Amino acid sequence: MTGKARDSRAPGRILRANTLWPQSLWIGIICAASLASAVIACGLGSFPSPPAETLRALVHALGQAIGLHMGQPVDPALSVVVVDIRLARVALAWLTGASLATAGCVFQGVLRNPLADAFTLGVSGGAAFGASVAIIFGLAGGAAISGLGGSTGILPLFALAGALLALAAVLALGRAGSGSMGNMRRETLVLAGIVVSTFLSALISLLKSLDEESVASIVFWIMGSFQGRGFEHVRLALPYMAVGLGLVLWRARELDLLALGEGQARLLGLDAGRSRLWLLIGASLLSGAAVAVSGVIGFVGLVVPHLLRMVIGAGHRTLLPASAGLGGLLLLWSDVLARSILPGGAELPVGVVTALIGGPFFCLLLGRNSQGGA
Amino acid sequence: MIRVTNLRVSYGTSRGGREVLHGIDLHVPRGQLVGLLGPNGSGKTTLIKALAGLLPAASGRIEIAGADIAKLSHRERALRLSCVMQHVEAPAGFSVRELVLMGRFAHTGMLAGYGPADHAAAEAALKDARALDLAERQAAELSGGEIQRVLLARALAQGRELLLLDEAVSALDMARRVEAYDLLATLNKGGSTVLSALHDLNLAALYCPRLVFLKAGRIALDGPTAEIFTETNLKDLYETDIRVAAHPVTGAPQAHLVPGASAAALG
Repeated sequence: MTGKARDSRAPGRILRANTLWPQSLWIGIICAASLASAVIACGLGSFPSPPAETLRALVHALGQAIGLHMGQPVDPALSVVVVDIRLARVALAWLTGASLATAGCVFQGVLRNPLADAFTLGVSGGAAFGASVAIIFGLAGGAAISGLGGSTGILPLFALAGALLALAAVLALGRAGSGSMGNMRRETLVLAGIVVSTFLSALISLLKSLDEESVASIVFWIMGSFQGRGFEHVRLALPYMAVGLGLVLWRARELDLLALGEGQARLLGLDAGRSRLWLLIGASLLSGAAVAVSGVIGFVGLVVPHLLRMVIGAGHRTLLPASAGLGGLLLLWSDVLARSILPGGAELPVGVVTALIGGPFFCLLLGRNSQGGA
Repeated sequence: MIRVTNLRVSYGTSRGGREVLHGIDLHVPRGQLVGLLGPNGSGKTTLIKALAGLLPAASGRIEIAGADIAKLSHRERALRLSCVMQHVEAPAGFSVRELVLMGRFAHTGMLAGYGPADHAAAEAALKDARALDLAERQAAELSGGEIQRVLLARALAQGRELLLLDEAVSALDMARRVEAYDLLATLNKGGSTVLSALHDLNLAALYCPRLVFLKAGRIALDGPTAEIFTETNLKDLYETDIRVAAHPVTGAPQAHLVPGASAAALG
């Protein structure tokens, strides 16, 4: 064929560098912002300290943790507030946000449905139901209200079990509706998720009406909050989150293939059914662990992946880590707002803050998307 | 390269499933360029899908390069054959280069990502499929003809040993069709085995030395183009009046429709 001008285009290496560079740049920016935000947020509250002072306390604590003497000793009172109280909370908020956003991204990819997340699949509902059972039967004790130490043992485990059971129920329903795991249709799966969520929320209402005394703690827990959470919560959730995150990052390229549809994915060599199952388990670990230590927090899993897809594209090798970072960042600052916006030291549930920010923001995204598609 | 023995394929999982292919026997030796033709609903797409492992065989056997494809994993099968299907939509948010790179999935390990060899293969495939100018475009914004070129590029990135195509050029204009089939002919000369299902009789007769005609789920005709591409055969197959004349340049047989023939056939 004739030698056309396009043969003289720049070599692919340069073009590839140009397309990958801004994507890694975005992840770098999000990481840097997360670290800076953590330092600032650890200094904010009823006993404020300037970032430099906060950083010194954090570095000192880090030195102690790894057995090195780093920096000068700091005021022990400041250290307690900054490290034991605020850092634990900031870390937990970041981890929870990262887990929710990553899980949302995976659910959307696997279901090929931009509105899917832990809620659509009934995973959050399952976790909430598990927690409600723990509260009703007194297994969580009165501590569940304040979220203090006593709730660390049983309540999160119940929530996690509820999340995984709900996913299993949704998958079983989806399979029954479409013959086999391999060709489970995404509509069937979302419908199954809605059925299971509705059923579970009815069960939660039933539990609430059975035991009037627990209503307040169930309602508070379902709204989602980081009030009174400490490092023991971080320690409890971190293993599940790490395994879940590892699992989905390991299979990030498979999410790209699944986006093409099952037939195309299989032509390219992917065992779509098995891949989808592992990804769903990973995402359920992430969202189950998140709901377990923080209650039900909405919109993070929905808004963050959406926003990032518009900015950095749909390639999951960058989209997943970027979602984790931005999700963490969003929830970290939502929690700062939740604990500082009301006068007199009172706190809003952080779920209220994310819903107040996320709701209108999501409407905006939907509007922009439909304009772009028109 | 392809050996199909008494292949039966049904849609629907239960006993009441509709059988679409009723016992296909087909042998395509390595290095052939074969056109798969037949009227609508004759089973061309079903046969391609079964060969590609997308549809299970109700009975019978498919061997690709000596291996029973029912026993191959998805990855092993993807390494043996690449496939371009019809009616494929590109998902939003991926560049053409990313889409073509996905063709390399089966070549990579579970832990490793796409390496330099994969990027080089994608680059070469884009170049060969004349899609290099599209590389940085968003795949979802391409026209039908452009997406077909990109899918062909992805298939080339995946592997060139055995190519299965199902109406892969139907969305292309005439010049692009010739370009695509010139490419297939070049690949074929380089050793690729190609089985291409298509509607365009004349394109098939121009490029494919061997044609296989399906009708109602059975192989109606199979042989060298010069022998079986005759007026009598085509009239029987398509149940309309068709005239065959030699191509002015290559001398290949070319089919020509006769206006009003369908009414005449009915009357």
